[in-house]
Amino acid sequence: MRLFGYLVPPDPAAAIAAVTGRPGAAFLAGGTNLVDLMKLGVATPDLLVDVTGLLPGRIEPVPGGGLRIGAGVRNSDLAADPRVRAGFPVLAQAVLAGASGQLRNMATVGGNLLQRTRCLYFQDVTKPCNKRVPGSGCPARAGDHRNLAILGGSPHCVATHPSDMAVALAALDAVVHVEGPAGPRALPLGELYRLPGDRPDRETTLERGDLITAVDLPAPGFAARSAYRKVRDRASYAFGVASVAAALDVDGGVIRDARLALGAVAPLPWRARTAERVLAGRPATAEWFGRAADAELADAAPLPDNAFKVTLVRNIVVRMLCELANGELAHGESAGAAS
Amino acid sequence: MIARVTTADDTSSELNLRVNGTMYRLRLDHRTTLLDALREHLGLTGTKKGCDHGQCGACTVLVEGLAEGLAEGPAEGPAGGRRVNSCLLLAVMAQDAEITTIEGLASRDGELHPLQAAFVERDALQCGYCTPGQICSAAAMLGEAAAGWPSAASASLSPQAGPVTLDAAEIRERMSGNLCRCGAYVNILAAIQDVCRETT
Repeated sequence: MRLFGYLVPPDPAAAIAAVTGRPGAAFLAGGTNLVDLMKLGVATPDLLVDVTGLLPGRIEPVPGGGLRIGAGVRNSDLAADPRVRAGFPVLAQAVLAGASGQLRNMATVGGNLLQRTRCLYFQDVTKPCNKRVPGSGCPARAGDHRNLAILGGSPHCVATHPSDMAVALAALDAVVHVEGPAGPRALPLGELYRLPGDRPDRETTLERGDLITAVDLPAPGFAARSAYRKVRDRASYAFGVASVAAALDVDGGVIRDARLALGAVAPLPWRARTAERVLAGRPATAEWFGRAADAELADAAPLPDNAFKVTLVRNIVVRMLCELANGELAHGESAGAAS
Repeated sequence: MIARVTTADDTSSELNLRVNGTMYRLRLDHRTTLLDALREHLGLTGTKKGCDHGQCGACTVLVEGLAEGLAEGPAEGPAGGRRVNSCLLLAVMAQDAEITTIEGLASRDGELHPLQAAFVERDALQCGYCTPGQICSAAAMLGEAAAGWPSAASASLSPQAGPVTLDAAEIRERMSGNLCRCGAYVNILAAIQDVCRETT
């Protein structure tokens, strides 16, 4: 690991200035991904600016019935929060589906959003990777891509975003608060991430020195009837092969509104807006759930070893929406146990 | 919050680590993880290095006060320390915190922690390398369940559910961050269940 300085600034402004003014500097929060990437030689900062003491560490109500989650809130506290469990079960389930008890105690909400892909080539500095070394090539398309993207990839990169939490946040229309050298701003989660295109090294719309300070959840609405389901290669403590965050508003057997986001299948938490449009106003039946999934997956571009994900995603979507429609995943009930 | 270190160009810091009730003052290269500080600098070799990448849990220790640095203070949580992977926590991040390792779990007169006694009684190990991490992790897990924290195996997320009853499925899910390559899981589960029965 490269030698580095370590700084605990007195306030966020000083932290932002420290990172803005130094190309090799990086913010440090829980460290569960960054410290690992430093050990692997993938991340080589010469200065860590520790913001864990500076970021809001609380979850507060906001006017209108939503919640503001401080970026320093640890994953374990987020999943345990009574308001999150009751009003946004999909989020609590997503967080509990990720990592381990130990890692959830360390990892923060802000850091979770900015964690890097677990693509094997990205994490191995002896291999080419367009995300790590732009222009060096991508061995994944002809190599190990079983767990890589089927949606949103490019010829340059088919890495997936590994977060479970972010998939739930995408379905919930979360808003990300950022402070930076240009001042504070707020952006929908969907505008935080970029598709890889020909620049897979540019993963977000954040500029150097931008610091995520909080994430807002809009008022629960029908988010209380929501769930997260993750399919993985072992029963617990593994990254997803595919996951779905869903919320459903049904009235008299007709879908008033739906929220759907897919995880572990795209370079970013994939909001399934095409499927949502198909669902609106349709009967809440398995047939229509399937049609919606098919519409979303029509653009899927799987590789030979991950084509199974297309069928897998469809099956998870249909089953979850059926269960939500039937009230089997009632308010505050967990869907996580089945994965 | 206590002002901590340094200038941006220093690659090491003078820092205080409080481990098992004893305060140590060390100068450490910033690259030093809490795990390496414990093992290589303080001689506390009970905490084990398995994968060194946060994937096996052998390095699990308890840390109290890690969240206390948060602006506006931490949320309510379980009593006692929180379990963390010490291989992914830089030692500089753990200053001002209260760290408990496997060496600090037994009482001062040498009486084993109930989990230690149960692991011995149930022969919950073969090679023993993962055992300190398993026991530290289980100790914190009992506190999490008592505080009502749900898991992916919980039947209900309802905030009214109260303390969690740790059945086998709950224990397996909550202990999934601790691997045992010998496969002693059956007896690890039995040992933890024994302690659950004693304490409820």
